[in-house]
Amino acid sequence: MTTDHVLRPEVAPPPHFTQAAIGWQPWLEPVPRDELSTVQRDALVDQGRAASDYFRLLAHDPAILKARTLTDNDIFYNPDAGLPRGDREFAAAATSRFNGCLYCASVHSRFASHYLDDPTDVQTLLDEGVGADLGARHRAIADAVTALTRTPVRFGPEHISTLRSVGLDDQSIADLIHASAFFNWANRLMLSLGEPDATGVEV
Amino acid sequence: MSIDLIDELAGLEPGSHVGSLRDRRPKARTNSQASYDALFTSPDATGVSRMERLAVATFVTALHGVTSVHDHYRALLVTASGAEIAGVIDATAVAAAAEGPYGSFPATADLRAYDAPGLVFSVDPVTAEALGQRLTAALEHAHLLVFRPRESSPEALSALLRTGWTTAQIVTLSQLVAFLSFQVRVVHGLDVLKGETR
Repeated sequence: MTTDHVLRPEVAPPPHFTQAAIGWQPWLEPVPRDELSTVQRDALVDQGRAASDYFRLLAHDPAILKARTLTDNDIFYNPDAGLPRGDREFAAAATSRFNGCLYCASVHSRFASHYLDDPTDVQTLLDEGVGADLGARHRAIADAVTALTRTPVRFGPEHISTLRSVGLDDQSIADLIHASAFFNWANRLMLSLGEPDATGVEV
Repeated sequence: MSIDLIDELAGLEPGSHVGSLRDRRPKARTNSQASYDALFTSPDATGVSRMERLAVATFVTALHGVTSVHDHYRALLVTASGAEIAGVIDATAVAAAAEGPYGSFPATADLRAYDAPGLVFSVDPVTAEALGQRLTAALEHAHLLVFRPRESSPEALSALLRTGWTTAQIVTLSQLVAFLSFQVRVVHGLDVLKGETR
């Protein structure tokens, strides 16, 4: 039985944005691992996630967890044309940097560095924020991501033309929109249901 | 043919240029719709009422200024619960307007240079009386998530628990606000891309 109370985990808060693998601790009780229903297990999609407090917390509402995860996977992992994986991850990291999600930024900046041919801009983004001095392609991506992430949304035709001028085709622009929009979803879950823990294990 | 709400709200015709870009990501397309269905059309699994879901959605989409998406949820709220409550929600959104994202990082982080203070929104007492404690707490939490998610805290979740939100319902509420943050941006972004396509 899950009880309805707030958890106050003891964490080592990360002092700044980092590419290092860090942990995350929940503020509400996840579904206990041995109490996951068949529907909740199915909603995890990747069964390894039964070990994750984050995904077992989201398993309290399995239908939206499953649809969320399948949306995420196609936006980031579908290799059919469009924006290269490294730039999709860069967009995720930039969105997370701007919203202020240290956990999400750690995971996706590391992925961006792994997939990009030249990862120099990734650490600059983490250190200095979305206004940092970046290469032209990443500058255009960061500007588009920032405008799309603002509330009210400020993304406009000028961002499309700048993205085209640095070589993005329309499939890539659609991918960029989805990658940044998705991290506006993911950031709000990670930020509002728990906190990063510099000494913990990645969830 | 089944409904695809993002196509409908962004004005994308089947087979159109931008529609075909979405077709290259078929699972993202079908599961964006499945996400909407899970939150708004499936039988409620956690005890968050349809009125609560639509009121929060009307409020959150009003704050984002993406008209087609706001109109969609507002019309559903009017059908489900009447024009009066929709009017109260819209007036509340006007009072809650801000420019995000903003907020302070945890005091433990060395990120003070990036702190950006801004509105911490509370529903006014007269409106709170009309909406009830539970929906009032949900709107205040939604405002936190929309504009200053970095200021989230266990205390914010305590405020929800105190007004009757269970753990599972808080997960649903968080998914609702977070999903809408995605949906408005996909609709808006693709609508802009459509307008720049010849």
